[in-house]
Amino acid sequence: MEAIGVQSVGIVALLSVFMGAVIAIQTAHQVGGWVPAYTIGFTVRQTMILEFAPTIIPVILSGKVGSNIASQIGTMQVTEQIDALEVMGVRSISFLVLPKLLAALLIFPFLVVIAMVLGMGAGAFICDFAELSSFADYEYGLQVDFSPFDVTYALIKTCVFALIITSVSAYHGYYTSGGAREVGRSSTKAVVYSVVIVMVANLVITQLLLT
Amino acid sequence: MIRVSGVKKAFGEKAVLHGIDAEFNSGQVNFIIGRSGSGKSVLTKCIVGLLEVDAGLIQYGDTDFSELDLKGREKVRRQIGMLFQGGALFDSMTVLENVMFPLRMFSDMTEEERLERAMECLRRVELEGAEDRFPAEVSGGMQKRVALARAIVGKPQYLFCDEPNSGLDPQTAIVIDNLIKDLTHEYGTTTVVISHDMNSVIEIGDSIHFLHEGEVAWHGDRMDILDSGVKSLDGFVYASDLMKDIRKQLRKK
Repeated sequence: MEAIGVQSVGIVALLSVFMGAVIAIQTAHQVGGWVPAYTIGFTVRQTMILEFAPTIIPVILSGKVGSNIASQIGTMQVTEQIDALEVMGVRSISFLVLPKLLAALLIFPFLVVIAMVLGMGAGAFICDFAELSSFADYEYGLQVDFSPFDVTYALIKTCVFALIITSVSAYHGYYTSGGAREVGRSSTKAVVYSVVIVMVANLVITQLLLT
Repeated sequence: MIRVSGVKKAFGEKAVLHGIDAEFNSGQVNFIIGRSGSGKSVLTKCIVGLLEVDAGLIQYGDTDFSELDLKGREKVRRQIGMLFQGGALFDSMTVLENVMFPLRMFSDMTEEERLERAMECLRRVELEGAEDRFPAEVSGGMQKRVALARAIVGKPQYLFCDEPNSGLDPQTAIVIDNLIKDLTHEYGTTTVVISHDMNSVIEIGDSIHFLHEGEVAWHGDRMDILDSGVKSLDGFVYASDLMKDIRKQLRKK
């Protein structure tokens, strides 16, 4: 739980703050004429809730958590630690993979919610700091036309992505054979395959839930 | 006792074991020796179920291991201790946690009893004081001894040791050899040791199986091995000048 979640809070917070601020500035750049000022808050909210937090954060976590899982299990495989578990009568897949899967399912939604809140907070801060819009306009934008289902959709996506990232990474780690070079390869494969599958799943889930 | 009958194993087109028959007796140190690539490790992995055999039987006592389902195999495996060639210690756990691991997984002992038993095993392998260190913080020889402590902590009925002396200094190798011999005779364990080390074979080997090109080319005890008359075994035993000198001295006598 600590390796998968707690140690990822820093990177999630950092990325969310900067992304929230950048989206606010980019949207402010479009504001004027027929585009109302509250669009900044609205755009930051929609981007953070619908896509950045639930998709981009798991993609980034697949690089951190996924490669960590694959290299840890891969190293255990090539150093016979998994054989040692099996010979002791321990079901190595359940013992090694299940706790990681559960930890990811529990912690990813928390990280995603943190990302949403920090991104929107950073947007508010930059609007005020750089005088892009009034806080009242930004706040109105955050609230306008809000659908609570968007959050549900985001959390459903997050859970599916958590499942994909941990299981794909664990698979590549578990079926590593050879030595240190193969562990590195498995780690890379885990990230690449996770990201590709997450992207495909993102499309499928979005099509199913939002249309 | 472990009985292996007609065990065959191939990887694709390459046959590694060509119908192995062997018996490993209780209370004895049973050696499997042979040159690299002769099939020793594959045979051992088949015996403990890490590899599936293509044909043949593996029996632990009266239990036909090869016919058991996963649950049945797990039951047998809980009576097995195995010392892997590289130690295979869990690197996220301390030395003490490694040794206590099998007890934590399967025994009904209280935490205090587990601790006491683990410390007893660490004392036997002369590693008292290293219990809070991680595997990466101890030497290769110490890792081997920790692995042996972990293998024996559950008082296994069957003990497998894969190259227990590889990478060890001669003194530590003797400590490990004596420990394996003492534990085997003390608990009546069926011990199977895979080794290249002729010193160990001659010091503690009660029963020796020589594997050559996937077949048991010779079987006997340590008294006979020096004069087996089997060409492939002689080539293996007398590969070093030291062993050649020993043979000369024996012949003079």
